[in-house]
Amino acid sequence: MAFEGLSERLQNAMAKMRRKGKVSEADVKEMMREVRLALLEADVNFKVVKDFVRVVSERAIGSEVLESLSPSQQILKIVSEELTNLMGGEQSTIQMAAKAPTVVMMVGLQGAGKTTTAGKLVNHLKKTQNKRPMMIAADIYRPAAIQQLETLGEQLDIPVFSMGDQVSPVEIAKQGIQKAKEDHLDFVIIDTAGRLQIDETLMTELTDIKAAVNPTEIFLVVDAMTGQEAANVAASFNEQLDITGVILTKLDGDTRGGAALSIRSVTGKPIKFVGQGEKLDALEPFYPDRMANRILGMGDMLTLIEKAQQDFDEKKNEEMTKKLKDNSFDFNDFIDQMDQVSNMGPLEDILKMIPGMSNAPGLENLQIDPKDMARMKAIVLSMTPKERKNPDILSQSRRRRIARGSARPIAEVNRMIKQFNESKKMMSKMTKGNFDGMDGMFGQGVKGKIGKMAMNSMVRKNKKKVKKKNKNKR
Amino acid sequence: MGFFDKIKRAFTGEEKIETTEVTEKYEKGLEKTRKSFSDRMNELFANFRTVDEDFFEELEEILIGADVGYEASMEISDALRQEVKLKNAKSQGEVQQVIIEKMVEIYEKDNTEKPEININKEGLTVILVVGVNGVGKTTTIGKMAKRYQTEGKTVVLAAGDTFRAGAIEQLIVWGERVGAQVVTGKAGSDPAAVVFDAVRQAKKQQADVLIVDTAGRLQNKVNLMNELEKMKRVIEKEIVDGPHEVLLVLDATTGQNAMVQAKQFKQTTNVTGIVLTKLDGTAKGGIVLAIRKELDIPVKLVGLGEAVDDLQEFDPGEYIYGLFSGLIKDSM
Repeated sequence: MAFEGLSERLQNAMAKMRRKGKVSEADVKEMMREVRLALLEADVNFKVVKDFVRVVSERAIGSEVLESLSPSQQILKIVSEELTNLMGGEQSTIQMAAKAPTVVMMVGLQGAGKTTTAGKLVNHLKKTQNKRPMMIAADIYRPAAIQQLETLGEQLDIPVFSMGDQVSPVEIAKQGIQKAKEDHLDFVIIDTAGRLQIDETLMTELTDIKAAVNPTEIFLVVDAMTGQEAANVAASFNEQLDITGVILTKLDGDTRGGAALSIRSVTGKPIKFVGQGEKLDALEPFYPDRMANRILGMGDMLTLIEKAQQDFDEKKNEEMTKKLKDNSFDFNDFIDQMDQVSNMGPLEDILKMIPGMSNAPGLENLQIDPKDMARMKAIVLSMTPKERKNPDILSQSRRRRIARGSARPIAEVNRMIKQFNESKKMMSKMTKGNFDGMDGMFGQGVKGKIGKMAMNSMVRKNKKKVKKKNKNKR
Repeated sequence: MGFFDKIKRAFTGEEKIETTEVTEKYEKGLEKTRKSFSDRMNELFANFRTVDEDFFEELEEILIGADVGYEASMEISDALRQEVKLKNAKSQGEVQQVIIEKMVEIYEKDNTEKPEININKEGLTVILVVGVNGVGKTTTIGKMAKRYQTEGKTVVLAAGDTFRAGAIEQLIVWGERVGAQVVTGKAGSDPAAVVFDAVRQAKKQQADVLIVDTAGRLQNKVNLMNELEKMKRVIEKEIVDGPHEVLLVLDATTGQNAMVQAKQFKQTTNVTGIVLTKLDGTAKGGIVLAIRKELDIPVKLVGLGEAVDDLQEFDPGEYIYGLFSGLIKDSM
């Protein structure tokens, strides 16, 4: 996942500070030097870094911070707030035109991922907002760019408008929108060719398209791996086209993603979406505050919870909780739960959203083999219905049979049954509100403390929510 | 004439540098690059009175701004500190010289031979092209195919990107343009099978060059990297001492992540050279200096523009000279 390197360095800088009971101005200076280097190494634009460091230092050196009881935590808070500010503060969503169709232009350098992102975006809108979208193929330069969009259209079952590569993109855009109006489609996305921001002819083409179709949104698509250049590119596109937002792509790489931090402060335009995978549903809205927390290793429980809500079956969940409470959780439920978890995406990514887990030692080596899940499932499926319902009857001879049936060694069957029993014990404890013994899950020492801090703040937030809800009910 | 002499002469103004066509192309391509970079350098030099810590801090920032990378930047600034102490260098000219000498030293190491594409003299040359998504692999292959065809070689292209929509078609279009045969499989099929067919086909036809396109993949995707390894194994099995070149295509706009890319791809496919694309933008591509230093992978080709013949052999002298020539001339 992105930002790991940045996150690690920043946390190390903070950790040094945390060991000190008293924090002096010199300590802050020392830490800010580390912070500065961490940001530079992550490809954050150096001017942005300078400003950031200045602002944080000024706030941190303020007397009330240094003299407070927990200066290091105060500073962590300042850094987290400023990081959030840097990335745009509030989440910013896609604008829709008052009168259909909404027209969106995709612009950017070559190879940033415009076409793929166009596909992901229409897919996202079709699914989440029930839009009836269309895509317009206005990249007449790159060989087979039109075919690429058409193939995407087929995969997503979304109409694609094209006029070959001999007609001017302005004309294609105009006629495409006309067609969309005729067909009563309400969302049109124009895929333009990649171009350099200094290529005057091609930039003029974009301003012409803009003038002709008057788009609601112009998205600049930026590769998250871009270096110092990201700021120049964004500034230049913004100057010439007055873009309305940014989509960051390839965030699933191990990039440190400095571009995300630079672009907003250079252009003043929000990052609206991030692309994090090869599949066509791998596009997510961008939340500056959550991203800041993730960078600082404070986890991102909100996204995790939302993911869970989206993918978990509400009813099943209630049943599950009940089962956990009366300790009647069995292997059938185990399989159900496993299926639900695997629906949420790779386990590594999920784990990293838990506070304090992002830098748990050894996690980078943890590569969970998706087949492990399948193997476990095979073991459970080799049990008789009776065994699944009542795990206590699993005698040695039954276990041997299961091992043969699932083609796994007997040791693995034993291990898995043992694990099942243990997790059952733990889960029944947890549902009864006893969180003891979970501390160890979040690593040791300092990191564990951050985890706790984040966890506590989350619990507080949730309590507030519940209170509000109750108030509203009254 | 050695590259050092060239720079020294440019410095002292003893002799005019002969401007070849290639130099011009580099200069043209790098013009934007050079401008912002050397402008900032000059600004810095004009401003400093005494060489103090602030000066070094700023110098570090400028190098980092060119994507040279944190470590290499530190090394240059450390060398400069040292040099300033030793030689009591205070004038602009002296300081500039130290910077440029260090840059060249980092790149060239002790190795001054020209990095060329390794061509198998007896028979088929197999070139595997790898890289992350969107760096310009397929375009580079098209340009390379054109070059070899013009040289009178028979070229076969393997459409090993079976994943991205439209990738196979894109290569077919290139094949038609330059007159090279393209071996394809079905979209979504095993790319290693396509490679196998292509190698067989190239052998049967007694082609001179086989260039294998691969799907863009982020270097941290283990499964995809394994797939790449498999493709390489297929080539190794079919052709003695093949592939003759494994080219990693890098986008000049990429920042520090390029180092990670180089490391990972080197580990899986033993990359033998880099193709640096999109150098005609304002991006500096300074990371290649750091990659050369740390991993010893040379840049072999550079993409200086959109036209088919804008793919050039990489010449470190020209590259660094192109980057600094504005600086050198300006200070004359």
